[in-house]
Amino acid sequence: MSVEIRMPKLGETVVEGIIVRWLKRPGDIVRADEPLAEVESDKVSTDLPSPVSGVVEELCAQEGEVVPVGKVICVIATEEGADRGPGPGQGDGGDRAESAGKAREAVAKAGYDPEKGHRYSPAVRRLAREHGIDPESVRGTGAGGRVTKRDMLRAIEEKTRSGRSEAAPPEAEEFAYGRDARDEILPLTSMRRAIAQRMVRSVQTAPHAWTMVEVDVTNLVEWRESIKAEFRRREGVNLTYLPFVIKAAVEALKEYPIMNSMWEDDQIVIRKQINIGVAVDLEDGLIVPVIHNADQLSIAGIAKAVADLATRARAGKLRPQDVQGGTFTINNTGAFGSILSAPIINYPQAAILSMETITRRPVVIGDGIAIRWMVNLCVSLDHRILDGAVCGRFLRSVKQRLESYHKGMPLY
Amino acid sequence: MALQNTIETINSTLREIMEEDPRVFVLGEDVEMGGTFGATEGCLEAFGPGRVIDTPLAEASIVGIAIGAALGGLLPVAEIQFADFIHAAVDQIVNEAAKMRYRSNGAFSCPIVVRAPYGGGITGGLYHSQSVEALFFSTPGLKIVAPVMPYDVKGLLRAAVKDPDPVLFFEHKNALAYRGFRQEVPEEPYEIPIGKADVKREGKDVSVITYGLMVHYALAAAEELAREGIDVEVVDLRTLLPLDEETILSSVRKTGKVLIAHEDNLTGGIGGEIAARIAEKAFWHLDAPVNRLAAPDIPAMPYAKSLEDFAMPDQQKMAEALRNLATL
Repeated sequence: MSVEIRMPKLGETVVEGIIVRWLKRPGDIVRADEPLAEVESDKVSTDLPSPVSGVVEELCAQEGEVVPVGKVICVIATEEGADRGPGPGQGDGGDRAESAGKAREAVAKAGYDPEKGHRYSPAVRRLAREHGIDPESVRGTGAGGRVTKRDMLRAIEEKTRSGRSEAAPPEAEEFAYGRDARDEILPLTSMRRAIAQRMVRSVQTAPHAWTMVEVDVTNLVEWRESIKAEFRRREGVNLTYLPFVIKAAVEALKEYPIMNSMWEDDQIVIRKQINIGVAVDLEDGLIVPVIHNADQLSIAGIAKAVADLATRARAGKLRPQDVQGGTFTINNTGAFGSILSAPIINYPQAAILSMETITRRPVVIGDGIAIRWMVNLCVSLDHRILDGAVCGRFLRSVKQRLESYHKGMPLY
Repeated sequence: MALQNTIETINSTLREIMEEDPRVFVLGEDVEMGGTFGATEGCLEAFGPGRVIDTPLAEASIVGIAIGAALGGLLPVAEIQFADFIHAAVDQIVNEAAKMRYRSNGAFSCPIVVRAPYGGGITGGLYHSQSVEALFFSTPGLKIVAPVMPYDVKGLLRAAVKDPDPVLFFEHKNALAYRGFRQEVPEEPYEIPIGKADVKREGKDVSVITYGLMVHYALAAAEELAREGIDVEVVDLRTLLPLDEETILSSVRKTGKVLIAHEDNLTGGIGGEIAARIAEKAFWHLDAPVNRLAAPDIPAMPYAKSLEDFAMPDQQKMAEALRNLATL
C-alpha cells in the first residue's frame, strides 16, 4: 500500500512550508516517527517525522521548494503493499510500479520487520544524534541483537580513535572533548537551534565592524524621572529608557536611510519601512519581536508597543507577523548591567544598535569636571554595505537627539 | 573505633546525645527496661526516670506528648515499638507535627524524632513486619530517614535529633540489618546530612536504587554479578523524604539502566515516584525501561515462612532482576 505524505501545517497561520533537505531518498527504508525531511516556515524549522514504516517510493518536491500546506510531498510504500504487489494484468506498468518493486526488494534485503521495528532506547538515540552514528551500523550485543548504550559507546570510541590518528594531536582533542560522566547534556530546543543557525549565518556572511559613542543623558534622566510615575498610572506600563533610544534611532534612520537596508546578492536594498526589532530575553533563549512602522509612533506609543511585545514574547503568545519584517534591531544590553557590547547583526539587516547601562560618571565640561548621567551606544555594521563614516554620522545624530531630550517635551 | 551493629549504634548514639544535651529525652513503650530490641538499654540507669519515660500502649499519646514537649523546648525521641503500630499516631504525625511550622507561619517548629523498627523477614506476621514509609511519603513537612548501615545510623540519628522539624527514623529490624551486620563506627560525634543518598558501590552497567535491608541484598547481589562480568552500582537512599534526586539522576546518567528495589509493596511505593522523576529528568539517558522490584500487593506480610519468603525481595530476586536488566 502506498501512503501519501503531505506538507504539514507548521503553525496556526502558516499556509506553506519549504523542504529544506530530504533526509531520505527513494528506496530508503523509513521507520515510523523517523525524520523524512527538514521543513521550515517563517515561524518554525522542524523535522517531519514519517507517520508510517516502509520504503520511500517517490519524492514529489525538490529541496528548497515552497510547498502549500496539504500538498503531497512524498509517497511511502508500506509492508502491506509490498506483500500484495501488483498482480498480473492489473499492473499500471509505469515507473511507480517499478519503484515499488525495488522498494519491496529493499525491504526483504534489510530483513526489516515493521511489526517489531528497530527500537532504540532513549540513550542510544541520544548518543546517535550527538555523535552522528547510525545505530543501524552498530553491532548489537543486547537481547535479540538489540543495540545497547554500551554498543554505542564502543562505536563512538572506535570512531574517535580512527578519527584521531588522522586528525588533531591527541592531547588537544582530549582537552577539547574529554567529557566527564557527570557533565550534563542539554538537548537543543528548537529556539536554541534557530538562534545558533542565525548567529552563525550572520557572522559568517556579514563582515562585522563595530563602533561606539558615549551620550550625556542627564537631561533625559531628569525628564523621565519627572514623568515616569504619572506615565505608569495613566498608561499601565513602565516608561523605560528604551523607547527614547528607539525614537532617537528611528529619526536618525530617517536621516541616514542607508542604515535601514540589507544586502541582497549583487545589490543593496534600502528599506522604506522602518521596523525596529527589539531583543527580548526569555528563560531559555531570546527572540526579536518587531515594532512595525516605528517612525509613525510617539515615544508613548513605542513604550506601549515594547511592553506589549515583551509581555507576549515571554508568554509565548507572539504571532508570526510579530517576529517578521524587521529592518533594524535595537538591543537593550544595559538591562543586564553591560557598559559595552559588540552585538551580532540580525541578518540580513545592515546594522544593530545596543544601548548600554546608564551610569553616573565624571565628565569634562569646559574646564571643569561634572557628574553626569552617561550611556554608551554601540553599533555593529555589515561592512559590505556600510562604512565607519556613515555609522559615525548616524550615531552622532542619535546622540544629539538623546542629548536634546529634556523635561517638558511632549511624549505623545 | 569499635565494630558495632545497628541496634548497638542506636543505643550508644542515643546515650551520647542525651549526655550532650539535657533537652533530649526518650519515651515509648517499655523504654525504661531498654525497649523490645534494647535501643534504650541502660538509659534509665544513666539518665534517670525524668528522661526515660514509659508510656501506655497508646501511640497517639506517645507522639502527642512528644509534640507538646517539643513545643515546650525539649527534644523528644519517641519510640514506636513496631512500625506496625504507628497508624494509631498518624493524626498526630501528619496533622499536627508535619504542619506545625506551616500553619504557624514559621512561629513554631516541631523538633521531634519518631523512631520505629520496621520490615519483615522475622516471621513476625501481619502486625510485626510492615513497611510503613510510603504512608508518610506524600506528607510534605515530614522528613523520613531509613539508614541501614551502622555508620549511617549514627550520623543520621544525630542529624535527626538536631533537625528543627519532625523526622521519622525507620530502622530495619531483621536479624541481618539490626544485629547481624557490623561495621566500624567512630566514637567521636559526626552528622550525615538528611537528604543525601550514598553510592555504596560504584558500577557502570546497571544501577540499583534502594534502602533499608535491601541495601544488604543489593550489595550481595552485586558481588554475585561481578563474577559474571556485570558491574552494578548500588545507591543507598538513606533519606526517603526529601529524595536525593541529584545522586539518583547522576547514577542513571552513568549506567542508563535502573532497578528500584524496596521491601514495601509495589503500588504506591516510593519506587513509583523515583521512576517518574527519572523518566522526567533523565529520559535521554535510559537504555532500558526503569524496573522495580518490590513486595507483591498483598494486604500484609504472610506468617508462614514459605509465604514470607515469597513476599520478601531477597538477594536472589535482586540478582535475577539486575541480570535481566544488564543483559537486555
